[in-house]
Amino acid sequence: MNTLLLSHELLVLGLGLALLMAELWTPPTARRLLAYVAVIGVLGIFGFSLATVGSPIEAQYAFNGMFVLDGFALFFKRFFLLATALVLLLAAEFSDRFKAGVGEYYSLILFALLGMLLAASANDFALLFVSLELITVTLYILVGFQRSRLSSLEAGVKYLIIGALSTSFTVFGIALVCGVVGTFSFPELASVVAEHKDNKIFLAGFVMLLAGLGFKLAAFPFQIWAPDVYQGAPSPTAAFLAVGSKAAGIVLLMRVLFTALPAIVEDYAWLLMAASAATILYGNLGAVPQRNLKRLLGYSSIAHAGYLLMGIAALSKPGQSAVLYYLSGYLFTVLAAFIVIGVVLRHLETEDISGLAGLNERSPLLATTMTLAMVSLAGIPPLAGFFGKFLLLKSIIQSGGLWLGLVAVAGVVVSFYYYFGVIKAIYWSKDVPDISPIRVAWPTRAAIYACIAGMFYLGMFPGAMVRWADAAVKTLKF
Amino acid sequence: MSILTCILGVPLLAAVLLAIVPRNFRVIMRAGALFATGLSAILAVVMYCQFDPADSEYQFVQTLTWVESLGISYSVGVDGINVALVLMAAIVAFAATCVSWDIRDREKEFYILLLVMAGGVIGAFASLDLFFLYIFHEFALVPTFIMIGLWGRGEQKNYATFQITLYLGIGSLLALIGLLGLCIYSGANTFSIPELTEYFSRPDQQIAAGIQSWLFPLLLFGFGILVSLWPFHSWAPMGYASAPTATAMMHAGVLKKFGLYALIRVAVPMLPVGAQDWMPILAWLCLGNLLYCGWVAMRQKDLNWLVGYSSVAHMGFIFLGIASLNVIGLTGAVLVMVAHGFLAALTFALNGYIYRQTGTLEMAQLGGLLRRMPFIGVLLLMAAFAGCGLPGFANFAGEVTVFFGAWDVYPVVTVIACWGALVIGAVYFLRAVRSVLHGPAERWAQVVDANWWRKVPFALLLTFLLLFGFYPRLLTRHIEVGAAKILESVQPAVGQVTPGISNTEITFKN
Repeated sequence: MNTLLLSHELLVLGLGLALLMAELWTPPTARRLLAYVAVIGVLGIFGFSLATVGSPIEAQYAFNGMFVLDGFALFFKRFFLLATALVLLLAAEFSDRFKAGVGEYYSLILFALLGMLLAASANDFALLFVSLELITVTLYILVGFQRSRLSSLEAGVKYLIIGALSTSFTVFGIALVCGVVGTFSFPELASVVAEHKDNKIFLAGFVMLLAGLGFKLAAFPFQIWAPDVYQGAPSPTAAFLAVGSKAAGIVLLMRVLFTALPAIVEDYAWLLMAASAATILYGNLGAVPQRNLKRLLGYSSIAHAGYLLMGIAALSKPGQSAVLYYLSGYLFTVLAAFIVIGVVLRHLETEDISGLAGLNERSPLLATTMTLAMVSLAGIPPLAGFFGKFLLLKSIIQSGGLWLGLVAVAGVVVSFYYYFGVIKAIYWSKDVPDISPIRVAWPTRAAIYACIAGMFYLGMFPGAMVRWADAAVKTLKF
Repeated sequence: MSILTCILGVPLLAAVLLAIVPRNFRVIMRAGALFATGLSAILAVVMYCQFDPADSEYQFVQTLTWVESLGISYSVGVDGINVALVLMAAIVAFAATCVSWDIRDREKEFYILLLVMAGGVIGAFASLDLFFLYIFHEFALVPTFIMIGLWGRGEQKNYATFQITLYLGIGSLLALIGLLGLCIYSGANTFSIPELTEYFSRPDQQIAAGIQSWLFPLLLFGFGILVSLWPFHSWAPMGYASAPTATAMMHAGVLKKFGLYALIRVAVPMLPVGAQDWMPILAWLCLGNLLYCGWVAMRQKDLNWLVGYSSVAHMGFIFLGIASLNVIGLTGAVLVMVAHGFLAALTFALNGYIYRQTGTLEMAQLGGLLRRMPFIGVLLLMAAFAGCGLPGFANFAGEVTVFFGAWDVYPVVTVIACWGALVIGAVYFLRAVRSVLHGPAERWAQVVDANWWRKVPFALLLTFLLLFGFYPRLLTRHIEVGAAKILESVQPAVGQVTPGISNTEITFKN
């Protein structure tokens, strides 16, 4: 076995452990710097990945085929690394609100990243479950990290209970599926799954597995936790949930559906489509009355899970590639929004939309960023969100799901209302309580510029990313 | 580089450059915007003069591949249909920039948005790729919302902003679904309009009739909402009444024509069977525009609302022209599009000037303005005449051509439209003229007429209305070539040829 295959995971593990140790010798005032060390480390690993592993390669296996490194896994590994680097920058900005354990917060983020990296390579139910648990358990702690804030604790408990429920669904599903088929490995499963198409127990396991992964994605009907948890969790954690955790759910779902169970998915495309439609409508309609910014983004993240499911339900190469493209755009967009929220609302007790009033006077950069993020989430050219939605719609119509396309469009129109409501709060507000300028530290500024550049680049020059996404999904079926 | 890329690129480039200029340099903002739109308008005139009517192919074409695997490329070009629309868009954009002197608040953002809108709308008319056609339109649409929200007037502006955003959002997304469906069901992996038109021109490659008959309404109503097709028109009058002058000019004059243009360019030639199924319905719906909206316009008390409703009503002529599906009708439709672009821009600009001087557009409070503002008053009178369809203005040429085209196919609708619409139009416009321009003028001692510089945009727009009104052949010799090409794959619409007016007699042989 080639240990180099695990280089991403080993390096992240090392970085996380080193950071945990370093905290012991760092004076409390300097602990914030550890975040920058972590950012540099993660970006270093990202650079290392680009430099040594190169472009998408032939699939290579480790641990008897349990772990796979192919173009698909590599795409997601880089995605997770980039997302974590940006989340860590936000965490550094945010960390003065933690009373204790600043260094641990950064390390835990890195351990969650490790789980995501493993999830990207899971080729076996055992590794799938272990990586899922690694992500979820670290996120329990990250969500409830502000121990002095009741809402954070409440969010932590909610996430714990519902997460535990979803894990039990997953385990039960795996047990039923593997009990019937007699193997954990995805490729072996794929070769025999057609024989079990009509086995009720097998199908029950399949549905439970979908339910477990649906929780991670916050897809209907397993979305109920998202708004509460987003609202209560510290901003960096909420950002990490929105991008990292959702993408982890997507990568596992795609891996399971398109390498392990392709023969059976075809019969259940309607299920995915129905879930997608319900998720889109629930998320968008739920977001309309919201006044709390993080809660609003929680609902919006449900809606976006619905759009992503649309690409999966298309059961086609263009659909899969559209999902990857959409996630990349979503990464920059959502992180931009969370960075602004993290910075602006840091000194406010409320997280109400009205807290953004007069932002264009206080910090034009932050106001512009928030506006661009909302516009991109709403799907308006020339930003990344538009082209992503365009690809998703194209793929679903291509697969004969025109009705779902129309539902998605209805959702998008509803979303204009609340996204523009945020923009309106920034520029239109009449009575501005506080017009003190906001100073943005340069690392945060760098993160913001990176997000803006990402949104514009993906929106205006989508060619390269489309090519990468197309290459990444080559190893998947359909 | 094609001259078209320059015409649409200059405003967009200027918008980017203005974004870098610090906001204290107010003069530079205005001068830069004027220079960019002016240059773009001059280039558009040059292009129009160079356009060769004998060539039925696309001219000034430029194509750059954008995403190869999806068949999307940046591609611009003009033929007889859109050459005049590009000209109209560029000139109205310049006029709109000229009349924006009353914007004193956040000028930087205003001019950037106006320039993006101008570049976007010219790009939408010039694009030969469905994807770019759509996103250029969005480019122009989004600034509209922001401008109404930020610089709009009246108590209802927030409501108007949300209403127009949601309505036009629904319209453009329905159209997007339709366009995607069109590309996907064609089986050709391309978004290029010439390639798709060519592809569909062979009968065996056309989309099955069953699919066409539900794909077409997606496009018809998607684009129809953008054009305020009755009964989806209610956003328009309120939006225009709340919008700043330049936005109302650009949207009512130019951007609204995009939906019609897309129907002519995309929906009709690519879905000929669907078009045949739905056009009779469109013909009856257009009566809703002409009669219902005209009737509502008669009851308006505010000049801006009146003009807003009248501009919705005028869309009915264009729909009727398209619905007739023959060369004469289509030529007339495009002619009205161009004429109404200049007319709507002119009337909204005049309203803006009057509002600036008097602080109100309530017709009951206005009166006697002709004595105080002879120039503006006379122009308003002429605009009203043009709106009633008086000969000598481009609108008359277009409307009468539409009626000739539609008479063959929908005699009943045409008769109702002729009588109803022209009488109604005359009633509300002449009443407005009476209450705004005539009467005692004591109240308006402080009101002043436009000085020579402020007269430029009004004079420019009126010049084009009269030029194309007296010599419509300048337009029709281009348009009829384009219209004939659009209709190549379309069966002539069902209907009996009416004795007395046969197609051959009215093919503009002057």
